[in-house]
Amino acid sequence: MSDPIVSIKGITKRFPGVIAVDDVNVDIKENEFFALLGPSGCGKTTLLRIIAGFETPTEGAILIDGEDMSVTPPNRRPVNMVFQSYAVFPHMTVSDNVAYGLKVVGTPAAEIGPRVKEALEMVQLDHLGERKPDQLSGGQRQRVALARALVKQPKVLLLDEPLSALDAKLRESMQLELARLQQTIGITFIIVTHDQDEALSMADRIAVMDKGAITQIATPEVLYEQPNSRFVADFIGKVNLFDGTVTGAQGKAVKVDVAGLGSLAIPHDSEASGKVSLAVRPEKIKLSKTKPKAGLIATSGKIADWAYYGNTSHMYIETPDDLRIAVNIQNESRDTVDHVDIGDTVWLSWRPEDTLLLAE
Amino acid sequence: MKRGPLDYGRSPWLIAFAIVTFIMLYAPIAQLIVFSFNDSKRNVVWRGFTLKYYQKAWNDVSLVEAFVNSITIAVMCTIVATIIGTAVALWLWRFRFPGKTAVEGFMALPIVIPEICMGVAMLVFFSRMGRWIGSFESGPIYWWSELFSIWPLNLGAITAAHIAFSFPFVAVVVRSRLAGFNRELEEASRDLGASEWQTFVNVILPYMKPGIIAGALLSFTLSLDDFVITFFSAGPETNTFPVKVYSLVRRGVSPDINAASTALIVITVVATILAMKLQTPEKQG
Repeated sequence: MSDPIVSIKGITKRFPGVIAVDDVNVDIKENEFFALLGPSGCGKTTLLRIIAGFETPTEGAILIDGEDMSVTPPNRRPVNMVFQSYAVFPHMTVSDNVAYGLKVVGTPAAEIGPRVKEALEMVQLDHLGERKPDQLSGGQRQRVALARALVKQPKVLLLDEPLSALDAKLRESMQLELARLQQTIGITFIIVTHDQDEALSMADRIAVMDKGAITQIATPEVLYEQPNSRFVADFIGKVNLFDGTVTGAQGKAVKVDVAGLGSLAIPHDSEASGKVSLAVRPEKIKLSKTKPKAGLIATSGKIADWAYYGNTSHMYIETPDDLRIAVNIQNESRDTVDHVDIGDTVWLSWRPEDTLLLAE
Repeated sequence: MKRGPLDYGRSPWLIAFAIVTFIMLYAPIAQLIVFSFNDSKRNVVWRGFTLKYYQKAWNDVSLVEAFVNSITIAVMCTIVATIIGTAVALWLWRFRFPGKTAVEGFMALPIVIPEICMGVAMLVFFSRMGRWIGSFESGPIYWWSELFSIWPLNLGAITAAHIAFSFPFVAVVVRSRLAGFNRELEEASRDLGASEWQTFVNVILPYMKPGIIAGALLSFTLSLDDFVITFFSAGPETNTFPVKVYSLVRRGVSPDINAASTALIVITVVATILAMKLQTPEKQG
């Protein structure tokens, strides 16, 4: 395996009264699309700003391409950033904005022109080079910020909530475009986001942060299907969490007592004891009118709430034991939703192997 | 016809009020300009067009001298006050330090202190300074004082007084402009490889420019038409236009004062238009 391009070693950042980043250790590989994901205030932006050099860590070191960046000012780091507000210089044209980073370091004028043109072509803005930023849309301004950073040929591109100011449609197309761009130019992207869909759809690996610390680093699939904590399970996607108590082992499974669901045998690799949480994703649960076959975890209840989203419906079922369970169903045919109604009693069932056991 | 709820433009009372306001504002100025061309010693009845009072004003050595003094003081004051005011604004915007609020309050003091108090304070200060300097009969301080009797350095006292009361205006205007600055622009510039100085010149200064121009314009006009403070800080042998006009008016308003005032109005209006032109972003062809 090649050396990491960015090595975050024991980074801690304390502000008066708060710990923004708490002993973070991550190695980010070359050509990786890496996402820092977490709720607002979790320290992800601070961590990104430490990598860019805008914040000095209280403890720890950042290595970029093997070099310690502790005393390197932001203008000498081989990284570039796309800011949340885009920070496009309002008094310069699009071309001047992109050329700025080359001019200030004394790049020969003959070289600047072609590189600016190439960067603008990369983000499909080559026809708007003479415009001023106030004549551009939000999406176009973001492309300028992107071209301006990429023209510097950084080893790492940092993106701070790059899509949060765009509308939903544009956001989706920019997600695809960013992923495509990262693959074509082949540099490392580190993106900060609070939007799990953004992270899941674009990133190769995601670090989930909570209260300054990293709770899990994994690929999107692992993060979604095998979260290592209640926090991650709850933060990434929707999840039903049940409190239970381990009563014993049964071969490769663990026996767990859950109020309202009875004694369940949950496949689990390692030892477990005491109080645990069982997690099951709403789309893994099947809805039926008749009692499901044996071998599945099943319960019945009344449909309490119903949110219709066109392609899917989200239902909330309340059982007689006061469990409230979320179920997502695909509206596979045009009359799917005609068969059930609020207040109907239905059966819920899911496979034991779709249930995840999380230690408290 | 019925008016809409915010359709004030159609209210006859409001239109009348606006017209009266405009007349009150501009009629005296219009009269001043018109009567500067009046062929009469008294500013009462129109007796025909003439330029002779412009000629008379031009030939009045002391009036021209006062006029040139005023413009010179205004230019020197504008340059220095703009630099100091901009620096103060940057300092207050950029840094956090204990007692910052107190400093900001103190800085704005010359704006709120009655001019007459400033004037008296200046008078006391400069006369003390003058007596102290006058006690030297040789040595560097004596030479300096000799140097300051040569034009335009003999206007130093008035200019210093003007700078003192006009730089806070520049600082306030530039500071409020800077308050809207997006700090990410500065970080973006640093991130793209610019040093702090390059960032200041290429990003922060262009952003401040409209504020600096507005502040400079303000200090120019403040200095040009200041009477009270100048009256107190001017020495016996230096005169500015407003002070000179005051002394002339005591013997009755003659049309040559009208003529000189008109020239001054033209100069300020032209300067303002030029500054506004500089301020508007150049249009792309």
